[in-house]
Amino acid sequence: MHPAPSLILFTVLSGMGFGLLVWLGLGLRAPLGLAAFVMFALGYGLAGAGLVAAAFHLGHPERALKAFSQWRSSWLSREAVLAVVTLIVLAPHAAASVFFDQPLPIIGLLGALLALATIFATGMIYAQISAVPRWNHASTPFLFVIAALGGSAILAGLRELAIVLMVALAVAMVVHWWAGDQRAAQPGSDRGSATGLGVLGRVRLLEPPHSGQNYLLREMVHVVGRKHAMKLRALALGLGALLPLLILALPLGLAGLGLALFAHGVGILAQRWLFFAEAEHLVGLYYDSR
Amino acid sequence: MTTLPPPSERKLGLVIDLDTCVGCHACVVSCKGWNTENYGAPLSDRNAYGAAPEGTFLNRVHTFEVTPETGPPQIVHFPKSCLHCDNAPCVTVCPTGASYKRADDGIVLVNEADCIGCGLCAWACPYGAREMDPLEQVMKKCTLCVDRIYNDALPPEDREPACVRTCPAGARHFGDLADPESAVSQLVAERGGFDLMPEQDTAPVNKYLPPRPRDQLASPALPDLAALCATPEDAPAGFVGWLDRALERL
Repeated sequence: MHPAPSLILFTVLSGMGFGLLVWLGLGLRAPLGLAAFVMFALGYGLAGAGLVAAAFHLGHPERALKAFSQWRSSWLSREAVLAVVTLIVLAPHAAASVFFDQPLPIIGLLGALLALATIFATGMIYAQISAVPRWNHASTPFLFVIAALGGSAILAGLRELAIVLMVALAVAMVVHWWAGDQRAAQPGSDRGSATGLGVLGRVRLLEPPHSGQNYLLREMVHVVGRKHAMKLRALALGLGALLPLLILALPLGLAGLGLALFAHGVGILAQRWLFFAEAEHLVGLYYDSR
Repeated sequence: MTTLPPPSERKLGLVIDLDTCVGCHACVVSCKGWNTENYGAPLSDRNAYGAAPEGTFLNRVHTFEVTPETGPPQIVHFPKSCLHCDNAPCVTVCPTGASYKRADDGIVLVNEADCIGCGLCAWACPYGAREMDPLEQVMKKCTLCVDRIYNDALPPEDREPACVRTCPAGARHFGDLADPESAVSQLVAERGGFDLMPEQDTAPVNKYLPPRPRDQLASPALPDLAALCATPEDAPAGFVGWLDRALERL
């Protein structure tokens, strides 16, 4: 799949924003006054920036409001609804923390659960697509959730929690790659079933339907970057989880948190880029490439 | 509404005969023509007269080579468009309700005024039946020529999809696949029509008819046709090239 920068930024930024709102809602980080203002602004800002980045991906952003209507069937719609409901529900908790030094734990808890559900829905947008076998398994939404919670735990300065979550993230990444490799190796469909000609013999493309590019090839048969998959995986695992883990374990104070956050950010961007770049879509079967 | 309707009484669709298709691409051209001049946003072209032209199409013809265990390979021309699946994954993923399946005849359509151009439906389709138009930024797909088949302004013989009407080989058939007595259903039963990627559980309405077995003449070993069509790799230059040629001569 084509790794669109808008989608990579959207999933990383909004994930970190909603992750931060989980911690703020649960009260694990319960700042008051100006500190609360900064933290909640960061949470709302990152979540909002992610949604704006996602809107840039749309062909018709002016119709984006329509995307709130189909939550019964569509994970993308559910994600949009959950995101906005989370931001609205947490607002009284945020306002009370900032202006009255009085957090509202029940509302905070409800908002935290909604924020968690939002991140899960983001993951499900990809996990539901059976035409992309590498995404179509249970570990995908959990990777999104753990990555978002891990990054935001560093951002919130929750050191112990961040250490645990970096370990979890390393495991989640490896499990996701392993499960993805399994599904990609046995996608259940091949050129024979795609054309229905497999019963007659070995099928291969003799002539493509068009000599140039098209939307399908650009969007779904994007092959650049796949050959560096192993290097990028090492980069994502090392910078995204293991190096932050090491830095957080050292007594480096605020500088350590900053350094860990920077490493994690670069690593998770690499992970997200690879998430799209190495995902093969079944339509590639019709083009003899995947 | 992007939840799927209950199974419709009528299931309009195409039956494509892979035995008869000659790969002329006339269906591709007539489809592009009709759907550019009629319902919905036109199918745009980019760089049409330049070095790398490309455009939006609702129907494309691939050509495959099938090599049996014994005997010569067989060439099969393979037109591919939306299969109007009963269990259409492109419909349920749509966040706006733009993508929908009609309850009365099962045609899968896009309401372009509601499409936000997110592209998720195209990702969800395993067949590559949807293309985003780069100029209109809305999703385009086969409409089964819904603006022809019910169009009283057209003479009765033209009230079928443009691709079917135009096919010079008679390889494309249109009808109600829910009615076991319809001509298309009879054809499917008679010829062993099949679904594409049945394992994806999309339950396509469109069916394909397999190529009939070829004459089994004693045939000499044929050259590898696909290999002859492949673009040769650039010969390495410099020292590596010299080494390559030197090793070749050994």
